[in-house]
Amino acid sequence: METVRDEDKFTYRLWRYDGAPGELIPLLQSAQDHFGYIPRRAMSYISSVTGIPESDIYGVITFYSQFRLQPMGKYVVRACAGTACHVSGSRMIIDTIEDELGIEVGGTSEDGLFTLNTVACIGCCSLAPVVMINDDTHGRLTPASLRKLLRTYRRREKEARSKEAVETCEDDGA
Amino acid sequence: MKKVIVGMGTCGLSAGAQAAYDRLEELLGANPGSFELSRTGCIGMCYLEPLVEVRENGNRTIYRGVTPELADEIFNRHVVGGEALDEHVAYSLDPAGNQGGSDADYLKLQTRIVLRNCGTINPESLEDYEAVGGYGALRKALKEMSPEEIIEEVKDSGLRGRGGAGFPTGLKWSFAAKQESDIKYVVCNADEGDPGAFMDRSVLEGDPHAVLEGMIICARAIGASSGYVYCRAEYPMAIHRLMLAIAAAREKGYLGENILGSGFDFDLKIKQGAGAFVCGEETALFASIEGQRGMPRIRPPFPAEKGLWQKPTNNNNVETFANIPWIISNGAARYAAFGTEKSKGTKVFALAGKVVRGGLAEVPMGTTIHDLVFKIGGGIKDGRQFKAVQCGGPSGGCIPASLDKTPVDFESIPATGAIMGSGGLVVLDDASCMVEIARFFLEFTQSESCGKCTFCRIGTLRMLEILTRITMGEGVPEDVPKLEELGKQIMEASLCGLGQSAPNPALTTIRYYRDEYDAHIVDKRCPAGSCSALVDFFIDEEKCTGCTLCVKKCPVGAISGEPKKKHVIDTEKCVRCARCITSCRFEAIYTK
Repeated sequence: METVRDEDKFTYRLWRYDGAPGELIPLLQSAQDHFGYIPRRAMSYISSVTGIPESDIYGVITFYSQFRLQPMGKYVVRACAGTACHVSGSRMIIDTIEDELGIEVGGTSEDGLFTLNTVACIGCCSLAPVVMINDDTHGRLTPASLRKLLRTYRRREKEARSKEAVETCEDDGA
Repeated sequence: MKKVIVGMGTCGLSAGAQAAYDRLEELLGANPGSFELSRTGCIGMCYLEPLVEVRENGNRTIYRGVTPELADEIFNRHVVGGEALDEHVAYSLDPAGNQGGSDADYLKLQTRIVLRNCGTINPESLEDYEAVGGYGALRKALKEMSPEEIIEEVKDSGLRGRGGAGFPTGLKWSFAAKQESDIKYVVCNADEGDPGAFMDRSVLEGDPHAVLEGMIICARAIGASSGYVYCRAEYPMAIHRLMLAIAAAREKGYLGENILGSGFDFDLKIKQGAGAFVCGEETALFASIEGQRGMPRIRPPFPAEKGLWQKPTNNNNVETFANIPWIISNGAARYAAFGTEKSKGTKVFALAGKVVRGGLAEVPMGTTIHDLVFKIGGGIKDGRQFKAVQCGGPSGGCIPASLDKTPVDFESIPATGAIMGSGGLVVLDDASCMVEIARFFLEFTQSESCGKCTFCRIGTLRMLEILTRITMGEGVPEDVPKLEELGKQIMEASLCGLGQSAPNPALTTIRYYRDEYDAHIVDKRCPAGSCSALVDFFIDEEKCTGCTLCVKKCPVGAISGEPKKKHVIDTEKCVRCARCITSCRFEAIYTK
């Protein structure tokens, strides 16, 4: 689903900035859309254009849970920790992901594939417990079905990589 | 021609509505002109998604659990063959008003004012909204009513703020209307942060124009020229549909300059919240729109006097605004006919947790909790016992089953120690540990506390530490009085609603389930069998295949077993880390 319009893009927003108050959060959001996280240099750009001190920008970034200062994995796994999921065993679900991927909440796996986050509520309470992987929602999970799901993602990625490697070899050969 | 409508709210999409839609699109491509394909928002029966409706000449047939294969069958037998697949029908309605289908009583028992269009119209089509009378209320408000008359009408309806506090809406509007200022703002709070509540999301996804129309009428009443919808970034679909709705309304002249030729100007913007629960508090929300850390400030001055950018501002939540067009169109008296003496109209609840039918239900104020859980919700899942409902999210409390005759309204719910809140209703069964539920909510409010008030920042942390200790079986007898004392202090010494209500989950569970606290503290036992530190782990011999995976995973060597033979857990050695449960592929490990 495409919701980002041209005028929401980071460079456009920075370029268009006319000193109107209240633009900091939209600027940070578009920076995160652009880079996948908020790199140090984006903070400097925003500061130089808006005149807001970097320390204030850092304060805003760390206040809101949406913003990240580290790059994210290719797949962002968001485990719902809302009330309905909690009573349906989301703790066990989060433990399973941590064990399967070898990362803790907030961390990114070594191969750069997965980042694990928790989210307060996705709003699919009737499907609890729920996990979102990028934009796909998976509901009514058990530890076993979840492991299977994560392995499917891994396998798919591995296959894509080996296919890529074969193609590169063929290109070199030609 | 038959119209086929796919429910494509977030709940429908997560259950697989896109696959059903894609299949129907293929069928339409192969058989051009055989039917008309459309989409709609959430009708509230989230537990039956994906839902697909076939509509013709006032006959509505809604199918549940529609897979691509079932979509094929619906096309062949119903769309082409003209015969309904009765065994898959969740709800049906004929022009005479007869209702049928397996889950008809779910909708039959509801009174839908806010959700009047959700699940029936295409939210991405302004024409659909106009066809059901949309923007008629705005026309009436602009052409036939003065701003004072609008406010009087809203006052007479008895509508109270649906965000949780229940402040009379008309009165709130009159405060902002009285202010003299070059610019005033209307803000819609769509930062639905309560875990377990999703009614605002469904309204925005299913009927965004109703919210816009309510906001424009409000702007007219108070004399505002500019507005904001503050919506969570976690609701991409809601934001997308709002954007479409605003663009369409602007094009049609419902927004912008000289609306409907009345000389009245109003326009609005969407601001995406960046994920902070405290931004549901209005002064924190304003700070966030202004681009700052979302921290509340001292009132007075109240927002009606000095709100956003220090200008007079009126802030209401999504559901409140969605009520407005209906009230203006149908009159205050008809609205006030629903509900109780002091709480008029209806309320949307998000039913979730251990209830059979989880979804959205709109009922008149004064409906009892029992009716919501059993008549609409269909009772408790897996035949278990009804224990309590958690009402009002992290700021609310638990209402025990013994008080299930409590009517839902702004007076009766607070009397139990819970709060009305925005309408999240999480049903708990006998396997839910009340101490653990209190700990869960404290963990949430503690991490969401903005840190401004010491009592909220540090007090909630101390409460969380104590509750965690109790669930680990390390509680001491002084813990409960300590929790009560801390709770009282935090409530008195915090600036905003977050701190003032954060102790509620702990205090209500102590009030109604003191015995469970004592069982944890004195007997080191969790009566619900939910706190993993206080239960024993066993292996189901029927299910165990002897794969040795748990033997390898156990960090203390408490599981013994050889390949292909049933494994056994030594409860003396077991440290209750639950790693065996998360690793078992056969769900063979259980706790007792």
